[in-house]
Amino acid sequence: MKSTSETAERETATEAVPAATARVLPPWARWVLLALAAAAVLYAPFYFAPFRVFQLTLVLVYAVVLLGLNLLVGYSGQISLGHGAFFAVGAYGTAILMRDGDIPYLLTLPIAAAVTFVLGLAFGVPALRLRGLYLALVTLSMAIFLPPLLKRFPELTGGSQGLSVEQPASPAWTGLAEDQWLYYVSLAVAVVAFVLVRNLLRSRAGRALLAVRENEAAAEVMGVRPSFYKTLAFAWSAMLAGVGGAVSTWVIGYVAPDSFTVVLSINLLAGLVIGGLASLSGAVYGAFFVMFVSSVAQDISGAAPGIASGLLIIAVMLIAPTGVAGLVRRLTAAARRRLAKE
Amino acid sequence: MLEVEQLTVRFGGITALSGVDLRVSAGELIGLIGPNGAGKTTLFNCLTRRYTPDSGRLAYDGDDLLRVAPFAIARRGISRTFQNLGLFPALTVRENVMVGAHQHGKAGFWSAPLRLPGVRTEEARLREEADTVLRRLELLHLADHPAAGLPFGTLKRVEVARALAAKPKLLLLDEPVNGLTHGEVEDFAGIVRRIRDDFDLTIVVVEHHMGFVMGLCERVVCLDFGRVISEGTPEEVQRDPAVIEAYLGTEA
Repeated sequence: MKSTSETAERETATEAVPAATARVLPPWARWVLLALAAAAVLYAPFYFAPFRVFQLTLVLVYAVVLLGLNLLVGYSGQISLGHGAFFAVGAYGTAILMRDGDIPYLLTLPIAAAVTFVLGLAFGVPALRLRGLYLALVTLSMAIFLPPLLKRFPELTGGSQGLSVEQPASPAWTGLAEDQWLYYVSLAVAVVAFVLVRNLLRSRAGRALLAVRENEAAAEVMGVRPSFYKTLAFAWSAMLAGVGGAVSTWVIGYVAPDSFTVVLSINLLAGLVIGGLASLSGAVYGAFFVMFVSSVAQDISGAAPGIASGLLIIAVMLIAPTGVAGLVRRLTAAARRRLAKE
Repeated sequence: MLEVEQLTVRFGGITALSGVDLRVSAGELIGLIGPNGAGKTTLFNCLTRRYTPDSGRLAYDGDDLLRVAPFAIARRGISRTFQNLGLFPALTVRENVMVGAHQHGKAGFWSAPLRLPGVRTEEARLREEADTVLRRLELLHLADHPAAGLPFGTLKRVEVARALAAKPKLLLLDEPVNGLTHGEVEDFAGIVRRIRDDFDLTIVVVEHHMGFVMGLCERVVCLDFGRVISEGTPEEVQRDPAVIEAYLGTEA
C-alpha cells in the first residue's frame, strides 16, 4: 500500500501532465462531453436571473485569481497569504484609470496586468530567501497593510468610501444585457488565462517549475535556475490576481478598502486548497467556494457564519484531502473502472 | 579534463575531505571507493557546486569550476545521479528525463504560454530525445508512469537517463547499483560500458559493490577519512594493504 502522501502527490501530478490513463472513454465521447459543458457555460447567462449571472461572473473572476495563486502555491510550492493585495491593486488601479483616465476600459486590463506583474516580481525576489511560515507571514502582512493604506490617501482612492466607476456598457450590436455582456467578457478573460497557464505548465518552463518544487537541488544540478523560476512564478501569480482585480472592477463597478481585507486573502487560499492544489480545474471549484462560502455558512448558522465556514473547510478536507479536483478525479476513475468491467 | 587539487571541506569540526588530489582524463572510467563517510559523495557535491570547499582548486577543461554558478554546471557538461535518488516524484519518467535536457531548450515564461513559433517543435524535439535515451536504457515502456512508485533499481536507471539527457561530457554516478539484484548489477555494468562508448563520456562512479567497480573501472581511487589512501588499477588497489585495512580494520 502507498502512503497517503504519496498517493496525494501522484494525484496532484496527473493534471500537470497529459493524463495517459484517461483513455477509457472514446475520443468522440470526450468531445461530446466537452461540447455539452461549453454549451452550458455559454447558455448560463440566458438561463439564470441577472443576480445569479453576476455571481457566476464573479466566480470566473475568482477562478482567474485562484489560477494565479495555484501557480504559486500548487505548482511552485511557495505560499501567499496576501494575494488579496494583488487583487486589490488590480481592482483599484482599474477603478482609478476608469475614473481619471480617458481610456477604453479594456485597456485597463493590460495596464493592471503589467503593474501587478512588476509588483509580483518585486515581491518574488525577497520571497526567494523566505520559506514556509516566514513567507506566509510576510505575504500576510501585505494583506493586513493594504486596506489602511488605501484609506490613507482619499484623493486617489476615495478613502473608506471607496470609488464608484461607470460600468462598461454592452455594445449595441450584441443585444445583450449588461450583466450578460460582462459575463462573456469575464469568460473570455478566464479562458485566455487558463489556456496560457496550461500551455506554460505543459512546456519546458512548466516542467522546470515543478522540478524546483519537487527537488530544488536536483533541479539545479540539471541546469534549472530555481531563483528564476520561483520569481517568475510569483510575478505571473500576482499578474493573474491583478487581472482578476481589473475584471472585478468592471463587474462590480465599485471598489472599497473593506472588500480587500485579510479575510479575502485567507478565503482565496482556503478556496484553492479546497478546490485542489496543482490542478487547473481546482481553481474553478475553489472559485465557487470563495464566491458562495459566506452565504452557505450564513444559511447553516446565521449566528456564527465564521464557525460554519470553518467546519465546512474541515469537512471537505476530511472527505477530500486533495480537494474537490482530487475527489472528482477519484470518482471518475471509479466510474471508469466500473464501466470497463461491464 | 578534471583536476582536483588539495580539496578540503569541513563541516563544523568534521573534516569531510582533506587535501584530496584527483586527475581525470577525457574518456576515463574511474571508480571511487571507500568506507561510508569517506567523503566520496562530498567530492561529487563539490564538483557539482552543491558545496563550496574550504580550500583547494577545481579545474575543469582548464577553467576554474568554483567560479561557475551551481545551475550552470550542467551547461559546462557535468551531470550526475544521486545516492538516495533526486528524482521529481510527481513528474512522469519521460518528464524527469526532459528536465535533464533543460539547457537544450529555450521555451520560457512568455514563449511557452503564447505558444510562440518554435515552442512546439522544440517540445517535440525534447520529447524525441528523451525517448531515445529511455529506449537506450530500456525504460521507454515506463515513459508515462509517474516517477513515484517504481522500484528503486528502475529509478536508479531513470536517474541515469535524466543525466544523459543533459548530453554531458563528464558523468558522475553516485552508487548506481546500490540496492540492485545480482543480475541487475551485471546488466548495469553493460549499460555503463555502452553509454560511455556511444555518448563519448568520461565517467566517475562511486560504488560500494566491489565486483561492479573492479569489473568495470580502469582506474580505482580509494578514499578513507577524507584522504586518498590508494590509487591504481583495480588489481593494485585490491591488493593494497591500506585499502584492506580501511575496509576490514585488520586483515581478516
